[in-house]
Amino acid sequence: MTTVEKPNYKVIGTRPIRPDGVEKVTGKALYGADIDLPGLVYGKVLRSPHSHARIVSIDTAEAEALPGVLAVMTHADLPIAIAGESDDAAANVLANEKALYRGHAIAAIAATNLHDAEAALAKIKVDYEVLAPVLEVRDAMSDGSPILDESRRTKTLAGSSEKPTNIASHNKLEGGDIVAAFADADMTVEREFVTRMVHQGYIEPHNGTANWNADGTLTVWTSTQGAFAVRSQLASLLRTSVSKIRVIPMEIGGGFGGKIGVYLEPLAAVLSRRIGRPVKLTMERAAVFEATGPTSGGWIKAKLGTKDGKITAAEVTMAYEAGAFPGSPVMAGAMCMLSPYEVENFSIDAYDVVVNKPKVAAYRAPGAPAAAFAIEQLVDELASQGAVDPLKFRRENSAREGSKQVTGVTVPRIGHEETLDAALASEHYNAPIEGPNRGRGVASGFWFNAGMQSSVIASVNPDGTINLIEGSTDIGGSRASLAMQLAETLGITYDEVRPIVVDTDSIGHNDVTGGSRTTHASGEAVYKAGLDIQQQMITRAASLWACDESDINYVDGAIVHVSDDDKNLTFAEMASKQMETGGPMQGKGTVMSRTPGAAFGVHIVDVEVDPDTGKIDILRYSVAEDVGTAIHPSYVEGQLQGGAVQGIGWALNEEYYYGEDGRMENSSFLDYRMPTALDVPMIETILVEVPNPGHPYGVRGVGECPIVPPLAAIANAVHDATGHRFTELPMSPRRVLEELHDIR
Amino acid sequence: MAGRRTQVQTKLNGEETDFLCEPRQSLLEVLRDELGLTGTKEGCNNGNCGACSVLVNGRVANACCVLGVEAEGADITTIEGIADGDKLHPLQQAFLEEAALQCGICTPGFIVSSKALLDSEPEPDEERVRFWLAGNLCRCTGYDKIVRAVLKVSNTSDNG
Repeated sequence: MTTVEKPNYKVIGTRPIRPDGVEKVTGKALYGADIDLPGLVYGKVLRSPHSHARIVSIDTAEAEALPGVLAVMTHADLPIAIAGESDDAAANVLANEKALYRGHAIAAIAATNLHDAEAALAKIKVDYEVLAPVLEVRDAMSDGSPILDESRRTKTLAGSSEKPTNIASHNKLEGGDIVAAFADADMTVEREFVTRMVHQGYIEPHNGTANWNADGTLTVWTSTQGAFAVRSQLASLLRTSVSKIRVIPMEIGGGFGGKIGVYLEPLAAVLSRRIGRPVKLTMERAAVFEATGPTSGGWIKAKLGTKDGKITAAEVTMAYEAGAFPGSPVMAGAMCMLSPYEVENFSIDAYDVVVNKPKVAAYRAPGAPAAAFAIEQLVDELASQGAVDPLKFRRENSAREGSKQVTGVTVPRIGHEETLDAALASEHYNAPIEGPNRGRGVASGFWFNAGMQSSVIASVNPDGTINLIEGSTDIGGSRASLAMQLAETLGITYDEVRPIVVDTDSIGHNDVTGGSRTTHASGEAVYKAGLDIQQQMITRAASLWACDESDINYVDGAIVHVSDDDKNLTFAEMASKQMETGGPMQGKGTVMSRTPGAAFGVHIVDVEVDPDTGKIDILRYSVAEDVGTAIHPSYVEGQLQGGAVQGIGWALNEEYYYGEDGRMENSSFLDYRMPTALDVPMIETILVEVPNPGHPYGVRGVGECPIVPPLAAIANAVHDATGHRFTELPMSPRRVLEELHDIR
Repeated sequence: MAGRRTQVQTKLNGEETDFLCEPRQSLLEVLRDELGLTGTKEGCNNGNCGACSVLVNGRVANACCVLGVEAEGADITTIEGIADGDKLHPLQQAFLEEAALQCGICTPGFIVSSKALLDSEPEPDEERVRFWLAGNLCRCTGYDKIVRAVLKVSNTSDNG
């Protein structure tokens, strides 16, 4: 671990066992699909077999007449549709006039038996007028392409286009003078890059269980990254108040951005309302692939120029698939791609394009990995042309405190230079790489991180312990990291804080666990709750000791008088005196953080390419990242390792593979090849700790950045090994063989 | 429509257990929906992710690929049967200490599968652990800490 500067913490930086751990290793933890309720019935969803079709009619009569079938619903039964206000969110939950991708939900059934519900789907008669699909961004942007929505016009800052189009928006980021800068450049490189749609790949399928009461209140149990986000989406789709909806967050089996939007919850709610019983839906794995997630594939044309070893100009045109409805992360990619560097002159055109594929969802640093795949390969080429070490070239061009990003934002204290230095000094980078068909690559990555809103309550118990009540989904150890920050603030032990994640009725608003925000923003809320308790204890001690509050300090878990050594109480002693000093003590903390602190990562990878099979083996992999302050280093390392391995999968094997009919041909874990334990080595981590000045403990988000560099780092390593530059993903055995032997 | 329910006799986590199930129900569905043992997870329902790993007569099986009626006479161990009362199995303790879980959905399958490995081969090396666990998918950890947790228990046995 590289520590730049760090106070002497007692709890922060230790590696305690997570509070929810025992339940999870013994199988007792309850995830969304584990819920059972009195009178529970089961729902199933009928999905479109076509990737583009007009829905002429839906006849549910025969299905409804089957024994055991309790209700059938379509788009028309959603309260938002009944109100005549249907929108993209509603049309994604259940197709409206058109099925826009294979797997698009058409109707939902509730039945007393799961298998009966499934069998009844076949009795719903849907008359489709099948249309030609469009699957790739450049096809979708071309004249004569099938149009998904005849009413769509391209939105730009200058207004809207006139003709129907699949280009939902076109935005431009510009600065300086690229024409002059390229004219003055001593080196330029330009290439086109293509990436494929990939899925988050969480192991737990989506689920949703709802119980609608006769008084109009609704309870929902689901695995989600944001219970409050589910509540607000449901309120919109169901045309009711958020106050009537209670979302109970169950444990969540992975999300990576893909469990923020609702899919099954609104169907469960409407079906439950119809039949007066709780309804549970769980999604099949094929539907998870075909109808949820994924993240965009896309096309990027990029050009970089240098002058005297400095990157002076960048020109980029990029188009990302949004799936069936607008909303690709193309702008996030555009805003990230140059952020590791200082580039004065730039022009980036970004297109958000609809295609007949599932509507994309957030996926770990959404938009950034594909953008880095392009830029970090060009940076590699420039370093190579200039005969400069690729890390030193990045160091020479690195953004630092005060640098301006393409958004015009001036960056605060960041750690890209420190992270590059750590990578340069690493044992890995200095170890020789030898043997035929082997190579080493590096790449940098950037992610903004998010701050946003969090609320926590800390209840002080008479025995000197605390129940920490929070509303942030714990997707990878945040109960531990939040309990640790409260223990640090109050000078008590980690074991004396018991955290619990509660439902939307039981705590103030919390934004989603996403954007790498929870340990940062909920951590700051926890810190504030701790300060609140400190102040309450000081106030009560002043009353007990008949002195001014200003004469009392809170130090190391004790309330102490500044001059009278006899006047001191430990946290536990003060906690035990609650009844006689004014009653229960509760600390409260709420935040709207705008200072998440950006993350920079630098990855080093060694590969071996088998020229006979086209298979690429990862021989060694290291992740260096500026993590701010590592609250629980094991879980920070885990984020770096997990993100890197997702990136390895994206680089080497993962892709949505479509037939010409628009059917995804690999919608199973057998054919959609995510890395297994056998496919990767140990992932070495270097935690660089440059504290975030915008957080009391210096916390930066860490979780998303590690998926940004791998695509490019591996492509750079493969180039080092073979002399061939792969500009199209994935670098699967087939593609490697085709390109190395020019047999396409 | 619903088939006739068959009575099946098994030994489940050490206890003689009878259940009724339809011929179309998988062992996974029986465990979760009929017997309330929801520690065994469904990730894909077609044998590709290993989240539903259970031991059937000491061998690892994907419970989604076994029919409930096939369990007649079998000795089955699920994640709920790995600990000894409130005493965790060394693998469970190692997973906690090594932070070998993030979301935890794959964890029961990994622990059951790892137990089967260590029961038959007490001292596997890293390559063997990775090979054995290739049938269990984890999307959060990148496997590093899972492999370390299993090796930690392996080494413990090594030390006697």
